[in-house]
Amino acid sequence: MSKARTSPVRSAAAHAILITYTVVALFPVLVIIINSFKERRAIFRSPLSLPNAESFSLIGYDTVLAQGDFLLYFQNSLIVTVMSITGVLLFGAMAAFALAEYRFRGNPLMALYLALGIMIPIRLGTVAILQMMVAGGLVNTLTALILVYTAQGLPLAIFILSEFMKQVSDDLKNAGRMDGLSEYRIFFRLVLPLVRPAMATVAVFTMIPIWNDLWFPLILAPAESTKTITLGAQVFIGQFVTNWNAVLAALSLAILPVLILYLIFSRQLIRGITSGAVK
Amino acid sequence: MEFASSRKKPIRWHIAVFLAPAVFVYTTVMILPLFGTLQFSLFRPSLVGQAFVGLDNFRTLLGDPRWSASFWNALWNNTWFFIIHMLVQNPIGVLLAALLSSPRLRLRGFYRTAIFVPTILSFVIVGFVWKLLLSPIWGVAPGLLDLVGLKGLFAPWLGKEEYALTTLGLISVWQFVGIPMMLIYAALLAIPDEILEAAECDGITGMGQFWKIKLPLILPSIGIISVLTFVGNFNAFDLIYTTQGALAGPNFSTDILGTFLYRTFFGFQLQTGDPNMGATIASMMFFIILIGVCLYLFVIQTRLRRYQF
Repeated sequence: MSKARTSPVRSAAAHAILITYTVVALFPVLVIIINSFKERRAIFRSPLSLPNAESFSLIGYDTVLAQGDFLLYFQNSLIVTVMSITGVLLFGAMAAFALAEYRFRGNPLMALYLALGIMIPIRLGTVAILQMMVAGGLVNTLTALILVYTAQGLPLAIFILSEFMKQVSDDLKNAGRMDGLSEYRIFFRLVLPLVRPAMATVAVFTMIPIWNDLWFPLILAPAESTKTITLGAQVFIGQFVTNWNAVLAALSLAILPVLILYLIFSRQLIRGITSGAVK
Repeated sequence: MEFASSRKKPIRWHIAVFLAPAVFVYTTVMILPLFGTLQFSLFRPSLVGQAFVGLDNFRTLLGDPRWSASFWNALWNNTWFFIIHMLVQNPIGVLLAALLSSPRLRLRGFYRTAIFVPTILSFVIVGFVWKLLLSPIWGVAPGLLDLVGLKGLFAPWLGKEEYALTTLGLISVWQFVGIPMMLIYAALLAIPDEILEAAECDGITGMGQFWKIKLPLILPSIGIISVLTFVGNFNAFDLIYTTQGALAGPNFSTDILGTFLYRTFFGFQLQTGDPNMGATIASMMFFIILIGVCLYLFVIQTRLRRYQF
C-alpha cells in the first residue's frame, strides 16, 4: 500500500527539484559571505572560489567596525524589537483572553474591529501618524517606533491567540474559580502557561517584520542616535558603494545575527506555522 | 424575571481591564491615523491653515496630467508586480510544498529551513545582495551565464527600463516564496490520511492524486495566500527604495504606489513635499486594497467550497 506511494524515480526527481531550489535560495547569501573574507583583487578575479591563505583578508570588517556605529544601531533594533514584542504579547494575550473567555454584548463586533488591521496595513496611516508623533514630541525617539510596531502586531496576535485560548479546557478554569482565584490570576497563572507555544509563534511572526522594517525608522526616527540596524545598514552601504570590501562585510554583519537567530528558532517557527494556527 | 436578574449582574470590570490596553494602542496608533489620513486628503493648505476642498485632491490626482501620468504609471507597475507574484511565486510555492509533503522524503527539515532563509532577511540586505550579483562590474551573473554558454543573454537588468521592474518582481519572489510554501505545506499536512488512502484504493495516485484530490482541498489556503500577496504587493516600498532609490529609476519604470507616496509626501530633489497629496495617494491605496479584499471576501471566498474533516 504505502510502497505504491514512493517510486525511486519520482523521489529522485523530487530531490532534484528541491536541491535546485535550495541552491537558488542560498547561493546569493553564500556568495556575499564568502567574498566578504577576501581581498579586493580576489573578489573580482574569482568571485565563486573560497578564500584561501593568499586571498584571505578582513579589511572590509575593519573598515565597517571603524566607521559605522553598528553597535548602537544593533542596540536600538534590539530595544525596539523586544519592547514591541513584549507589548504585542502581553496586550494581545489579554485582549484575546477577554474575547475567547467571556460572553458580553459586542464581543463579535469587538473581535471584528480588532481583526480589521490584519488586512489594512498601518503604513497607509503614515501621514497622520507622523503628525501625531510631531505633536507628541516623539519624533526621533524609539518610543514612537515601539508604539507603531505594537499597534501593527496586535491584530494578528489577538486573532491567533484567541483561537488557541478557546481550546484551553473550561474545567481547569472553573476549578480555579472554585478555589477562589481571581480572573486575573486565572489568566496569568493557568491560561498563559498553557498557550506558551502559540505565544512563541506569534513572537517570531511579529519579530521578523519589525526587525526588517525600513519605512517607519526612515520616517519617524532617522536621527543618528535612534537609527535601527536596517536603516543604518541602508545608509552605510549607500555611502560605501565603491568600497566593495566594506559593503560585503557590512552585508554579512547584517545577515549573520538574523541567520543565527533563525537557525535557533526555526524549529519553533516551522512548528508554529504547521500547527494549523494560520490555516 | 431573567431580565431582572441580568440587570442586577455586577459590571465585570476585568473584561474591560483585559481589553483596554490593546484597544487603546490599536485605536490611537492605527485606526485613528487611518481615518486621519482619509480626512487629510480632503483638505488643502490655505492662508488660514487647512481649508476643506472636498474631492479636489482626488480630481487633481486623476485629472491633472502631471499627477495622473505618475499615478497610472505607479498603479500599472504595481499591478504588474502583483501579476509576477501570482504567476511565479505562488505556483513555485505550491510545487515546493507538494514535494516537501510527499511521504518518506529525506532531508525534509533541511530543505524547509534552507528555502525559508531569504524570507527572514531584510529588504536592505536582499536589495543590495542582488544589486551586487547582477552588477555588470562584479560579473557574478555574467560569469554564471558563461558557464552554461548563455553569456550573450546578460544585460544590466536593473538598469534597463524594460527589464528593471520584472527583475525586481523576481527578486521579491525569491525572497518571499517561503511563505506560500509553508502555508500550503501546512494545509497539505492537514489532509487526513484516510482520504488519500481511499483515493489510492480507487487507483488515483501521483500527479492525478494531486490535481484531483489535494488541490481542491487546499484551494481556500491558496485564496488566503493570494489576498496576503495582494495586500503585501500594493503596500510594497522597501525593496524598490533600497535598490533604485526614491526616484524608482530608470526613468520611473519601477515606480510603484509606495515609492510614489513617499516621494509625494516628503518631496525629492526639486519637488517639495506635499502632505495633502500624500494623504490622497495613501487614501487611493486604502481604497484599492479595500476593494481587492472585499472582492475576495464576497466574490471568491463564498464560491470556494470548504471541506470539514
